[in-house]
Amino acid sequence: MSIDTIFALSSGRPPAAVSVIRVSGPLAHAAGLQLAGSLPAARQAALRTLRGEDGGILDDALVLRFDGPASSTGEDVVEVQCHGGRAVVDAILGALEQIAGLRGARPGEFTRRAFENGRIDLTEAEGLADLIEAETESQRKAALTLAEGGLRRQVEQWQERLLQLSARSEAAIDYADEDDVGIDPALISDCAALAADLSAWLERPRVEPLKDGVRVVVAGPPNAGKSSLINAIAGQERAIVTDIPGTTRDHIEVPLSLGGVPVLLTDTAGLRETEEPVERIGVERSQVLVQAADVLLWLGEPDQAPVHRRLIRLHPRADQSGRTAGPPDTLAVSAKTGLGLGTLLEQTAELARSVLPAEDAVALNRRQARHLAEARDAVAAVQTVDDFVLVAEQLRAARSAFDRLTGRAGVEDVLDALFGRFCLGK
Amino acid sequence: MFDVLVIGAGHAGCEAAAAAARRGARVGLVTFRSEDIGQMSCNPSIGGVGKGHLVRELDVFDGLMARAADRAVIHRRMLNRSKGPAVQGPRFQADRKLYRAAMAQLMAESGVEIIVAEATSMRTDGGRLTGLETSGGTLDCRALVIATGTFLDARIFVGEEIREGGRRGEQASVALGQQVREIGLAQGRLKTGTPPRLDGRTIDWSKLEPQPSDQDAWTMSALDDGCRIPQLACAVGRTNARTHEIISSNFDRSPLFAGAIEGRGPRYCPSIEDKVRRFADRDGHQIFLEPEGLDDHLVYPNGISTSLPADVQLDFVRSVEGLERVEIVRPGYAVEYEFVDPRRLRWTLEARDLEGLFLAGQINGTTGYEEAAAQGLAAGLNAAAHARDLEPVTFDRRTSYIGVMIDDLTLQGVSEPYRMMTARAEYRLALRADNATTRLGAAVLEAGCVSELRHMAITEHFERRSSQDWSSTGEGQADALYAPYVERQEREWAAVQRDTRVAIPPALDFASVPGISTEMAERLEAARPETLDQASRIRGVSPAALSALYVAASRRAA
Repeated sequence: MSIDTIFALSSGRPPAAVSVIRVSGPLAHAAGLQLAGSLPAARQAALRTLRGEDGGILDDALVLRFDGPASSTGEDVVEVQCHGGRAVVDAILGALEQIAGLRGARPGEFTRRAFENGRIDLTEAEGLADLIEAETESQRKAALTLAEGGLRRQVEQWQERLLQLSARSEAAIDYADEDDVGIDPALISDCAALAADLSAWLERPRVEPLKDGVRVVVAGPPNAGKSSLINAIAGQERAIVTDIPGTTRDHIEVPLSLGGVPVLLTDTAGLRETEEPVERIGVERSQVLVQAADVLLWLGEPDQAPVHRRLIRLHPRADQSGRTAGPPDTLAVSAKTGLGLGTLLEQTAELARSVLPAEDAVALNRRQARHLAEARDAVAAVQTVDDFVLVAEQLRAARSAFDRLTGRAGVEDVLDALFGRFCLGK
Repeated sequence: MFDVLVIGAGHAGCEAAAAAARRGARVGLVTFRSEDIGQMSCNPSIGGVGKGHLVRELDVFDGLMARAADRAVIHRRMLNRSKGPAVQGPRFQADRKLYRAAMAQLMAESGVEIIVAEATSMRTDGGRLTGLETSGGTLDCRALVIATGTFLDARIFVGEEIREGGRRGEQASVALGQQVREIGLAQGRLKTGTPPRLDGRTIDWSKLEPQPSDQDAWTMSALDDGCRIPQLACAVGRTNARTHEIISSNFDRSPLFAGAIEGRGPRYCPSIEDKVRRFADRDGHQIFLEPEGLDDHLVYPNGISTSLPADVQLDFVRSVEGLERVEIVRPGYAVEYEFVDPRRLRWTLEARDLEGLFLAGQINGTTGYEEAAAQGLAAGLNAAAHARDLEPVTFDRRTSYIGVMIDDLTLQGVSEPYRMMTARAEYRLALRADNATTRLGAAVLEAGCVSELRHMAITEHFERRSSQDWSSTGEGQADALYAPYVERQEREWAAVQRDTRVAIPPALDFASVPGISTEMAERLEAARPETLDQASRIRGVSPAALSALYVAASRRAA
């Protein structure tokens, strides 16, 4: 089985002050030698002049050498930190391309190798995958926490607590013929305490809003000016705007960054009773979107607004005569003049931020939250059973949920789920 | 030419020989002394929590233990009655003599030839076992089951006194032990111990708390032969501060603490000197005084196994209320013995490196009659399969404690004597002592290893299960009680089955798999898991290593 040596630009798109190019695989050192003439000692950096096949100078760059398995991928790695101009980067990548046995890395391939080589466990791999996808600063920090094993450490703590609880319940069963071990009265309340801790974690903000953006949904009756508002916020003609009610039949999403917060601004079809089949589908979808919104901007009559935890009631078209002042508890805005838009963006960003995990806090993704919820439910159910064997069974079920969370059980399922992400265009 | 030879007439050996014979093999049982058949070398009880489950499973295969116990029971207790039916464990006190007589009779009916000789060495030919050298000459065989218990290079300790030999007054199989070591099977040493035997006539029973036998005369075997003998009460005593003082002031005379014994003992069944040292804050430990028979004055004081010198034993025993004037008939002792690394065995208990050699019982690092007997069954059924070209009989974790035990042993190995506990079974709610026939009946009929009577009993049991009034039976009610949980477990089992399908190539060099550390590779190499599921159950194997293994296995398959 031959392993390709892969290379890629690992830092952001040029131009930049510095660009980082990584080469990983059995030929990494040979390729580095060819490019830089000589390599520094392992895990040390040195300044080298990079030359192409024809001997022409490409750049003066900082070169680092790592020897597998003590490297980020577990393989031999050479890292080049060069000037970040487009031409320089292209020239170095071009030179690497020319070396036999080397090929450009596929998306996520460095992470995959690190994982396959056992350098990282599943929760860390998920963190790295997020890191690769991270587009905003807060996304990057959250991913970094996960990648550094923040979740793994927390899970180990829970597993240890659970194991102690299990041991106490098992002792009462298997040592039945000895007086030494009775039923432990504190066990049930200790289980409740663990369930409460897990619940508190499940209440925490999740990774998804960070990755996919906080869903800010604009809703209201037809022709309330939703699309105009979105266009004004996005600063471009994204949504179709006409005066005919019911024009927006499906939703339109505009990804934005509001004060560093990733936001997915979503336009919806107007909410009204309708017989027109296509429009009705749009209305039904809108209702689903409103339900799922993290932040809801409502453009209809204030008292018609859906119940929502994070709601901003708007008074649109405040530029029109007779509409300059809105009812109380509404924010007057005008897509045409820009009136109130600054305040709206500030308020939206503030509400959106509350949905996000705190920077450097460990945030769970959907898969992790699902298994954690299974564990929590199992531990919580201890309160509802009156048979000691069933208490032990609930605790066992919780242990097995944690095994699924860390990837200890159901290995194939977990890996499928994880690597599915890399294959989907990343 | 024998199909199967078995060395050792203890619980494992007898079950192995009889099971092989039930599958139609010509079987010889080699033992030092024919009187050893059915001897209970330690406490006179059968069953318990987890252990009782094993006995019931063994019984469905027409094993001997449950039927012998039914003919010898002098005290019954269903343990964990107040907990759920899944963990209720049937436990018997047996009359030693009656048990031995019952076992001898069952063996006589089994068609197994008893050969009184010392087994000295195995004969092999090109990695296959071909025969056995004994003090009485060479015996040819196709398969051999070694079930020699603690007899492999065993040493006995009573205080400062050290002797060679397994049980009191018996020789150790030194020569055979040497050969087992030569083929690389031996792993290390373990220890076990017994308490002193007391003269019941010198016990003041009136000062002790009596423990009566269960009212209803339930049986261990599903085939009730109607045999009923009188039931006796046991009694409970308790050590005290004075007892502990005597013991701790003699720690320096205990071979355990003086360093003479290197083998590891069971944590869950410690000697009294261990208990006193490790739980210094406890003011007393229970002693169960168990009569050894109807016409026997010997009493087995369960809970105070010891290897202290005989004079210290007498001293501390007499400090217990009710035992002030007790006489010790035989002092307690510790036995240290060599055991085989069970990870070198297949699921059938056949040695991976020597075709036709099977090992069963305490030699594999287990403790307890029930664990030994259940392995004897598995080894016997499969030794017969090997000799007569029949289908092997395998046990899995979802349907039996026998499966749990064999999987644990062959995958995890042992670091202390292995005892069955219900906590070891993740599918515990489905593995009850009352539903062994339901769980294993079909496998038993397929293996073709039971009498006509048992065959009928199993068939009738399945008919009853599908009848109208099943839900009112004890088993039916327990089924209903656990149904939602068992359903969830079945989903988990299905998920495990997916990982079972990821086969790990037999020739895979774990050390060469990228991402598997040297330590992980050693653990995996010792256990040689055949599937990803097995690998995931090896203790200490990290999720990262599992993932790497998965990737490596999938690549090979592609």
